Amino acid sequence: MADLINLTIDGIPVAVPRGTVIVDAAKKINNDIPVFCYHPKLKPVGMCRMCLVEVGTPQVDRATRQVVIGADGNAVIAWMPKLQTACTTPVSEGMAVRTNTKQVLEARDDVLEFLLTSHPLDCPICDKGGECPLQNLTLAHGPGVSRFDYEAKQHNAKHVPLGDLIFLDRERCIQCSRCVRFQDEVADDHVLQFHERGRHMEIITFSDPPFDSVFGGNTTDICPVGALTTADFRFKARPWELDSTPSVCTHCPVGCNLSLNTRLETRSGGHEIKRVMPRQNEQVNEIWICDKGRYVHHFTRAEDRITRPLVRDARGNLAESTWEAALQLVADRVRGRQVGGVIGDRIANEDAYLFARLFREVLKGGFTAMSPAFPTAYADIARTYGVGKDTDFKELGKGDVILLVNCDLEQSAPVWFLRLRQAVVDRGARLIIAHDRPTKMHRYAARIDQYELGKAAHWATEQAAALADELKSARNVLVVFGDEKLSAEGARSLARSLANVLIESGHTGKANSGLLPLYPHANTQGVFDALERGFTVPEQVGVAWLVGVGDGNAVPKAAFTVVQELFLTDLAKNADVVLPALSFAEREGTFTSGDRRVQRFYRALPPLGQARADWWIIQEVAKRLGAKWDYKDAGQIFGDLAGHNALYAGLTYASLGQVEAQWPPVGRADLYYGGAVYDNSGGIGARYAAGAERAGFMPAVEWVTAPDADIEALQRLPRMLYQDGELIGRSKVLAGHIQFNETEIARAAR
Amino acid sequence: MIKEKRANEVEKILAKYPSKRSAVMPLLYLAQEEYGYCNDDAIREVAELTALDPTEVKSVVGFYTMFFEEKTGTYVIEVCDDLPCALRGADEFVHHCERKLGVRAGQTTPDGKFTLRTVMCIAACDRAPVAQVNREYRYSLTPESFDKMVDDLK
Amino acid sequence: MDKHVLLRDLDIPNIRELDVYQANDGYAAWRKALTAMKPDEVMGVVKDSGLRGRGGAGFPAGLKWSFLPKDMFPKYVVVNGDESEAGTFKDHQLIENNPHQVIEGVALCAYAVQAGAAYIYLRGEFYEPAGPLQKALDEAYAAGMLGQNILGTGYSLNIYIHLGAGAYICGEETALLESLEGKLGMPRLRPPFPAVQGLYAKPTVINNVETLANVPPIVLNGAQWYRQFGTEKSPGTKIFCVSGRVNKPGNFELPLGQYTIRQLIEMAGGVTDGRPVKGILPAGSSAPILPASALDTKLDYESVQAAGSILGSASFVILDDTVDIVWAARKMVRFFRHESCGKCTPCREGTFWALRLYDKIVAGHGASHDIDMLADVANGMANKCFCLLGEFATSPVLSTLKHFRPEYEQFVREHSDGKAGVYEDQLIRDHAISVNGVEPVGVAH
Ligand SMILES: Cc1cc2nc3c(=O)[nH]c(=O)nc-3n(C[C@H](O)[C@H](O)[C@H](O)COP(=O)(O)O)c2cc1C
Ligand code: SF4
Ligand code: FES
Repeated sequence: MADLINLTIDGIPVAVPRGTVIVDAAKKINNDIPVFCYHPKLKPVGMCRMCLVEVGTPQVDRATRQVVIGADGNAVIAWMPKLQTACTTPVSEGMAVRTNTKQVLEARDDVLEFLLTSHPLDCPICDKGGECPLQNLTLAHGPGVSRFDYEAKQHNAKHVPLGDLIFLDRERCIQCSRCVRFQDEVADDHVLQFHERGRHMEIITFSDPPFDSVFGGNTTDICPVGALTTADFRFKARPWELDSTPSVCTHCPVGCNLSLNTRLETRSGGHEIKRVMPRQNEQVNEIWICDKGRYVHHFTRAEDRITRPLVRDARGNLAESTWEAALQLVADRVRGRQVGGVIGDRIANEDAYLFARLFREVLKGGFTAMSPAFPTAYADIARTYGVGKDTDFKELGKGDVILLVNCDLEQSAPVWFLRLRQAVVDRGARLIIAHDRPTKMHRYAARIDQYELGKAAHWATEQAAALADELKSARNVLVVFGDEKLSAEGARSLARSLANVLIESGHTGKANSGLLPLYPHANTQGVFDALERGFTVPEQVGVAWLVGVGDGNAVPKAAFTVVQELFLTDLAKNADVVLPALSFAEREGTFTSGDRRVQRFYRALPPLGQARADWWIIQEVAKRLGAKWDYKDAGQIFGDLAGHNALYAGLTYASLGQVEAQWPPVGRADLYYGGAVYDNSGGIGARYAAGAERAGFMPAVEWVTAPDADIEALQRLPRMLYQDGELIGRSKVLAGHIQFNETEIARAAR
Repeated sequence: MIKEKRANEVEKILAKYPSKRSAVMPLLYLAQEEYGYCNDDAIREVAELTALDPTEVKSVVGFYTMFFEEKTGTYVIEVCDDLPCALRGADEFVHHCERKLGVRAGQTTPDGKFTLRTVMCIAACDRAPVAQVNREYRYSLTPESFDKMVDDLK
Repeated sequence: MDKHVLLRDLDIPNIRELDVYQANDGYAAWRKALTAMKPDEVMGVVKDSGLRGRGGAGFPAGLKWSFLPKDMFPKYVVVNGDESEAGTFKDHQLIENNPHQVIEGVALCAYAVQAGAAYIYLRGEFYEPAGPLQKALDEAYAAGMLGQNILGTGYSLNIYIHLGAGAYICGEETALLESLEGKLGMPRLRPPFPAVQGLYAKPTVINNVETLANVPPIVLNGAQWYRQFGTEKSPGTKIFCVSGRVNKPGNFELPLGQYTIRQLIEMAGGVTDGRPVKGILPAGSSAPILPASALDTKLDYESVQAAGSILGSASFVILDDTVDIVWAARKMVRFFRHESCGKCTPCREGTFWALRLYDKIVAGHGASHDIDMLADVANGMANKCFCLLGEFATSPVLSTLKHFRPEYEQFVREHSDGKAGVYEDQLIRDHAISVNGVEPVGVAH
């Protein structure tokens, strides 16, 4: 960075970019100035006064306008008479800061004492105990005993529900306003505010419904005390009893990095996920996750998980069987028959890769498809003209254009909503939206084109030339699109037209420009990549082999059906063999996000019953059909995948697991500063290059005519965040949010 | 309710500012007059008029002392007992008011007529003891003039 | 001073009427400025006059206006009529009895900085005095003094009244701006300063009502005329509010630096019952109390500061020897505890704990170490608050302790029986004060 400012903090020199505040500058040299209200992801407010320091600037001679140099050859420093808040004071050239003088230390003691005198000190029963900035800073800086009268403390309400997901303890609140500011500045849902004033000031919600924001859970992470707790985690465990395992969310194409917090439960006799926390990845989700990702985990230990292989018996009932018998039966049935394999798009790359190889190399034929099948219509275009490899959403801002077509970003990819919203609102990117109805993102649009229901592809065909012209002058162009209310051809036509806009305006094959498809799940791109060419299965086949497809998606009819699943779905109930699979929390592997970032997830829970990883099941059948496969783990398979699939060339399982230092530092050691978010272990992943970035790529303009919208297409409703499904349905905390039927979804989408 | 009943005023208020949000306090005064106090409906109506979330409007109501969140009497009598007035007998005067009305400061008479409150300095210390009755000043009060005022309002 | 410059209603009974005002040079400065002076010239006269802000800080008005960037539009003028400092009631009289002069001053300021709109922020309790001001505005519009293309000069100006709703902190200029924008009246971080990013993040001048009321006579008569009053550093006349234990409390307009506190008290009819003065609060609750030994201090910014306090808004609250200083300090702390906006920790917690300690002492449970704790709490707040309100709140504690500590000691000695006695009534009542409901807190001990 060109524009570096030099200053000294307690005599130690440091150089930081212009605009950095003293707290952050100090953090760079591991000087931890205590803060409560300051949060590196929120605008500074200087409210809590915890960060007071001495600040001086070089003295300038009035007459000569030169810095005065003292006898020691250094600039003479003019110290400000009052302490300054390090969280709001930007650095300036030659500045000197003192953080360890008597005056500073006394100020810290005073402020901390004030906070503590009004705090209930109920750490032993507080969910935040153990990862509480107030507790930690008290140990570091605080007075040993209170000089104030405990009896005279103001007592306030505890266990106040702010909505069905978040509870507030008014006594613990230290009025830092981090939650209010998160909701205002980041989520743009103004559902939390202060009420009353002075010592009576407290957090309230008065919205309809109350505190209901798809990002609400984040407030509990950044709350520096135990004032805000989630309905999911409160009273469930103490933070220090928890193990934490890096993982990746499976619910949408963003691929947020997670930390799964688990504990051994005597009650259930095994490990359980106690809570899901964000894991910092500045490239992906920064330190945020949406509430779906946070609360849907209960399916991993749902009572009705399938734990043993099931085989249809002579009386026609599904009966428990052994792996040996079930695998042998599958091998016998698929041998020599026409097999139609369908694999769900939440399934990991390794499984999908082996599945495809099984068909190509072992069955030497048959058919494969992805479920839902729909994205296959455009995933190749999205991959070729997708965002450049070095894309960083943080860099989108002034001069850039974000074009959103046919999608509700907050519902389909919540954390991308946060990130692109900031690019527009905070950094000045220009937002153009084309859609058939208003969405939350419309608030920030510089231009809105509204077309008739189902006419997205038509709109794009008609506007492409003009848009291309208009976007030529933009610095970068990011095009986000969804497939709602379109037929497969319609979606392909839309993607194609949008790609053409990028080609013609010169925004392909480079960082911060390209297509961003809103796929249904976390590994749509990965499964698509793994299947390579096999995307269609006839309606009728000899044997249907269905891996994690859930219910509600098209599958072939067959005389014999094999299902790999977590639950006894309707499909599974009617299958001939049901094989228990491991959830993402019980195994490792990789997912490829909608922006083609390949990321690793790890095993947080021991396998449930006899359930096995999907790849293991596939390999066992392959072996019984004569394959000489001997993969011991997902890592080996990924190595093979990267060796065979040119897209993934150069990526290694180990490198995906590597961590780069993240700025700002949050998590364990920097709890007070960034909140109880987990620092990144487990890797930040890597994006593979878009087709248009590869050597020898020749852009070809192919036009796909927009088909007339048909009834069936119009019924393709948008994917709403809390749409009912196998997984979400098993999280009781979200019960009040689930949209059950199509009318409800349609209404919500209006 | 104010949207229909006081449409003209609402429009005039909104026209004063380049941002709708600035109208929140003036509109709350109107709403308070119409609804009696800043109840939920009043808050939601003002939120709608200013395109704010009801939480934000509720927060404004909570911050300022002149918006009431609970039902008040028909007349809100606010007597200053801040230092300058207290130096001129305001504390004894408030005591008299309490006796006259039969309620303590902070309370409303059972017939719903009067709410008595004490307030901080209201910028009329030269004419202490001083009170406001529904925002209108009553200067240089005496126990006698207070009694008469209350009787007249009854 | 034979004629008032500001409190002209004392000389000319109906000056609040437009025709009376105009018959007495009203809007002459406005006509002069619009037709014969460039905006910079208006600013220049005000600068040369040395007029200092009357809202408390005493910052030179013309200089403040000159900080606005010339090439950024729109600009705003915001008038601070929040007047909530205990013992202050001068703006009240001005807007009620001499409203046109205020309006004319606002208009001149707007013209000088080339603002197109001005908001007069009055404390909500001025609902009634806002009436005459609004009437005067309507008259001014009707007479073509305001609105579009004023006097055919092409300059347009709208002036609006905005009522607050009961919050002392809204007198702090950035909290006022927040409030005017429809938010909680909590002070803003500075920089950016209002001159650059004020109302709606646009360049904004904020001046007190009295400050601007000085502008018409200055523009009309020139800087030299104005400087005949007052001192070199504190030119002009100033309204002194006198209240508390005096016989004839009221507003007194005097040239700065000419009279002493003792003379001011005499003008206010002398101390009630002819008692000796015990203490003087020169700026309501916010400035340190001065002991009787300061009675001969001259009435200007510098002299009051030299005596150990601040002239501020010049609201003189007089305490005689019958006043119980612990009680008086508690009243003032109660004010700040009620008015603390809650934004920053030291003020929010400090005012709360300071009042708790006073309550304890007054309720007859106090001990000597509680007096030390009071000082500790105030020192814990001092120089650490976000805005000056919290700093002000330390003055009643620290300054009464400084001058009257023996009285505190005596108080705890004499009131250690656990009985609040004459204060019980007030203690109970005070715990029913809340922002807008009934406070659920019981009496502390
Ligand atoms: C807590 C606090 C309360 C204030 N109250 C008032 C007030 O009621 N009226 C006022 O004019 N200035 C008040 N001020 C001063 C204003 O912040 C500001 O300095 C003033 O409006 C500037 O105008 P002037 O330069 O004309 O004095 C207050 C300041 C503080 C810190
Ligand atoms: S000092 Fe702090 S709490 Fe007090 S009024 Fe100012 S910002 Fe608010
Ligand atoms: S004031 Fe700086 S961290 Fe709160």
